[in-house]
Amino acid sequence: MNRYKREGVATVDALHKGNGETKWTLKEKLLLGLTTQQYIIQALRNPFNWILAVIFAIGLPLIAGRFLFGLSWVTHSSNDYPWGLFLAFGLFGMVPLSSSSFQLGTAVEIFGRHDMEPIERLGLLNGLLGYFFAVCFLLVDLGQPWRLPYPMVVAWGPAAVLFLVAWHVATYLSVQVAEVSVAFFEWIGFPMGKRGVRKITLGLTVAGIILSTLHQGALGALFTYAPGKVHPLWYSASFQWLHFFVSSIPGGLCMVIVVSTIARKTMAWRCDERFKKNLDKLTIALAKGASMGLATYLTIKLIGVAHDNKWEHLATGWGAWYAVEMVGGVILPLILFAYAIRNNKVGLIRFCAVLTVVGVVLNRLNTAMIAFNWKMAEREIPHWREVIICITLYAIYIAVYRFILARMPIIYGWKAVEETVPAVEPATGNVPTQGPVPAAVGSYRSSVDEAISPTGYISVKE
Amino acid sequence: MKRRDFLKACMLCGAATTLGVPRKGWGAGSFEGYPEGMGVLVDLTRCVGCRSCEAACNKEQQLPAPDMPFDDQSVFEEKRRPTEKAYTVVNRYETKQEGGPVYRKIQCNHCNEPACLTSCFVNAYTKTKEGAVIYNPKICVGCRNCMIACPFNVPGYSYSSAFNPVVKKCIFCYDTRLKNGRPPACVEICPQEVLTFGHRQDLLKIGHERIRETPDKYVDHIYGEKEVGGTGWLYLSGVPFDQVGFDTTLGNEPIISNVKEFLGTVPMVLAIWPALFTGFHLLASRKDHGEQGHDHEKKEEGKQ
Repeated sequence: MNRYKREGVATVDALHKGNGETKWTLKEKLLLGLTTQQYIIQALRNPFNWILAVIFAIGLPLIAGRFLFGLSWVTHSSNDYPWGLFLAFGLFGMVPLSSSSFQLGTAVEIFGRHDMEPIERLGLLNGLLGYFFAVCFLLVDLGQPWRLPYPMVVAWGPAAVLFLVAWHVATYLSVQVAEVSVAFFEWIGFPMGKRGVRKITLGLTVAGIILSTLHQGALGALFTYAPGKVHPLWYSASFQWLHFFVSSIPGGLCMVIVVSTIARKTMAWRCDERFKKNLDKLTIALAKGASMGLATYLTIKLIGVAHDNKWEHLATGWGAWYAVEMVGGVILPLILFAYAIRNNKVGLIRFCAVLTVVGVVLNRLNTAMIAFNWKMAEREIPHWREVIICITLYAIYIAVYRFILARMPIIYGWKAVEETVPAVEPATGNVPTQGPVPAAVGSYRSSVDEAISPTGYISVKE
Repeated sequence: MKRRDFLKACMLCGAATTLGVPRKGWGAGSFEGYPEGMGVLVDLTRCVGCRSCEAACNKEQQLPAPDMPFDDQSVFEEKRRPTEKAYTVVNRYETKQEGGPVYRKIQCNHCNEPACLTSCFVNAYTKTKEGAVIYNPKICVGCRNCMIACPFNVPGYSYSSAFNPVVKKCIFCYDTRLKNGRPPACVEICPQEVLTFGHRQDLLKIGHERIRETPDKYVDHIYGEKEVGGTGWLYLSGVPFDQVGFDTTLGNEPIISNVKEFLGTVPMVLAIWPALFTGFHLLASRKDHGEQGHDHEKKEEGKQ
């Protein structure tokens, strides 16, 4: 695609083609503005597509097999480890990395950090897809996935934490669909929908915070049902939900750093100037948030150990493994983040973001699988089919992610003068009445972030 | 171990006087089981490991034929747990005690406040007034949270079924026997009178009676009297319970007590967060009435 762009092929970034007369058709939009032949050629030229093809060729039949032959065909069907890799990695690992949605939503919509807008939509999309695929992992794992709506309509168990998780994930998914739909409406050319969603943005964002707090925490609280089974170092009756919630904050922010880095590298053609220009500064801003999250997380983890006086466990083999997780996934990134932010070393920040993401996922794997049943002699090693299905689902996640990023205005601005909407808001008339606002926002910005150039989005808006 | 000693002391002092008196001073909402709830007292000192209870259970619950016949003693080579094919299993434990190995029957303990029940998000489990914890396979989604939650690792799952996998566990022969006041199949068949069926309250009395009459024979503790809020099945043992596969670290609080702390924060978050964050928003920015603040502010900011 980068090659086509160099050759001067127009990419879809507005409702109308370059001449301003004809609209892009849906087919052209789907094919990224290329001809069918060009599209197929570029798809075949991309080695990553071949990797995906191999994964799908092996994995998709296995997924079909899971539904035809049952869970025992793809897992060890262990009664002692009822939750295997599907949930440990797919649900417990992916959900914390999806907290970016509520965080960037909050920063922009609640705290008015509009300088973060170039990356807001990426954060929202990252959240939506993370949740959606966490549910996909869940569907593969559930014994009778077709009964997934039962806790909503057939039988209620409102005292159960999982009941909360089910309801919150379901509502939150709808909230996120609404949030991301703005980009979709722009792309499809449906300004009414966009305006409708814009009106309820604040409500959606606040709903997002509530639902995220509760179910990120609830995923942790699920393990308080198994006080004797989770190793004490990963378990805390009082703080388990806080540990999960707080670690999701750096997890989500760092996931956005990781994804934006990958998108910037592999989809440079799709990033607009605003995104490219601001990315480094925004990465530093996200890293600041992430390091605050990490510092808090480290503190409450230590409080968790101190509260139940579990220091003696640190001297055991489990303690060493715990130290690996904490040093590699929390303390090391924390120190490196501090150094990198101070010296504007964006590359190092990106490396730390990867560390943090791995650290958060490792924590979930530890809690749900590795340190689960720690009193038992045998550890569960996932079945090879289980591993391949996980890789396949993750590959589908990446493919969908890329599909959307390449099309909808997530990492580029939609250069649209929408027909039914007045092209320019009557901004000038309101400037005097809005007096205090720009001052407040401006000072906030300049004090926190060294003046991100605003020219990027002005040009987009006009 | 301190806790055990403390428990022992408590029971020595108070067993005779406090029996039958409802415990006071426990937090509100703790459930002690239905007064008419039934249970089984298992006396480990009497069990000879004949496995006839396993056979009876298999027949009563119409479970698939076992891999090895029920008179085969080689199954004792390894420690087994209940599965979807066997709701009860007997394990053998070699102990330092003279008098040979100790056998222990494992099945659902039918807790007063079952962890499986409280963890289920579709309420597939029911604690009946007869004391059985039963399960409704028609609404189970298959999340297996009950298996995570069960402190005794009892529920099994029929993973091999592709289209109707369900949880499989001992239901106290509720449908066929308990409902009609009859003891479960395993109790009826036991040739050694290891298993005593009766009202839980009475069984506790019998258990303490046996301990008092022959204190040398028994550890002074009825496992299940208080563990995780009390269980319908109660155990007497001649050797310390942790030597015969019992988890003695579970504590006396029902599992749900661990979770209540989080459940309590939920309504608070729901109530406080909307005002808190809308407030933050109002503090961080100020909207003109009815104005589309978002796009507007952005422009303003851009002009700075």
